[in-house]
Amino acid sequence: MPARVIVVTSGKGGVGKTTSTANIAAALAKFGKKVAAIDADVGLRNLDVIMGLENRVVYNFIDVIEKTCKLSAALVKDKRVPGLYLLPAAQTRTKDAVNPEQMVALCEEMKPDFDFILLDCPAGIEGGFKNAAAGADEALVVTTPEIPAVRDADRIIGMLESMGKSPIRLIINRLRPNMVQDGDMLAKDDILDVLSIELIGVVPEDESVIRATNNGEPMTMTLDSPAAQAYLNIAERILGREVPLMDLESYAARGLFSSIKRFFSGKRKR
Amino acid sequence: MGFLSKFFGGGNDGSSQKAKDRLKIVLIHDRTDISPQLLDNLRDEIIDVLAKYMDIDTRKIEINLDHDDNAVALVANIPILRIRRGKVNDIT
Repeated sequence: MPARVIVVTSGKGGVGKTTSTANIAAALAKFGKKVAAIDADVGLRNLDVIMGLENRVVYNFIDVIEKTCKLSAALVKDKRVPGLYLLPAAQTRTKDAVNPEQMVALCEEMKPDFDFILLDCPAGIEGGFKNAAAGADEALVVTTPEIPAVRDADRIIGMLESMGKSPIRLIINRLRPNMVQDGDMLAKDDILDVLSIELIGVVPEDESVIRATNNGEPMTMTLDSPAAQAYLNIAERILGREVPLMDLESYAARGLFSSIKRFFSGKRKR
Repeated sequence: MGFLSKFFGGGNDGSSQKAKDRLKIVLIHDRTDISPQLLDNLRDEIIDVLAKYMDIDTRKIEINLDHDDNAVALVANIPILRIRRGKVNDIT
């Protein structure tokens, strides 16, 4: 079966597209799938660093499109997880160096050799987004529980719908269960109410994301944190398995002060 | 206990409700935002349809999206000069 091609996008920058791409790709590979993660953020590449493969990048996907090298030469094989590959972006080029037709052709060329192709999309709604989305059949939209991120997600969802992507599913990233309980952060259902698309996972705010980035090792490779578990669950749901949502509240660090505060303020638990 | 409650944040209902309300309004506006080009096309087609039934003053037509806090409406102000009598088929 040819690969499922999934674009990971958000509209707004800094909400965790690249982190999500790296972790979901690594998790799918851990489940025995052959996965290519393509960094579609030409000129501002970062997926190589998040995956910890920056020292092994030789060619990039624009070299492949321009036929400077073969696809197999540009693919960086991750030695830690069998079946995981990175196709890097060009750092010294701009988004204008490719067009949507070339991206579609690239994905088509890769489809027979993989189970999954994940496209890490640049922020914004311009050419870079259109290039990344062009070759994809499905989409994962990443947002955080903040007005600007949800607003941009809404815009991106509209564009993905008009491009005929399906399914389009939502990742809510960096949720802080404590703050939701205290009524100071948009809850999962608040976001689903307004966006009305299918949820594929909620990733809690987690310091191990920063450590993983520092170390250049996707969390799903080691699996010792709530965020890693959340990404692993997302990967399972992509594979069509029914996985219940994590009980994030049990992960929330509940200090004494916040308990006292909750007692006095009489806020209901949600 | 009022002061204690205030100290511990009880006087504050939480900012998430405010975020929810603001988000809903922002999205209502975003989702109904229309490009000037599209509005012009809409205007031309509305004029074409109306012209079958009545003479209208095309110079004084106003068609706009009216945004208030909770809803968006298409508001058209179209001055009529004369209604055409008889069947539509007879005119066209």
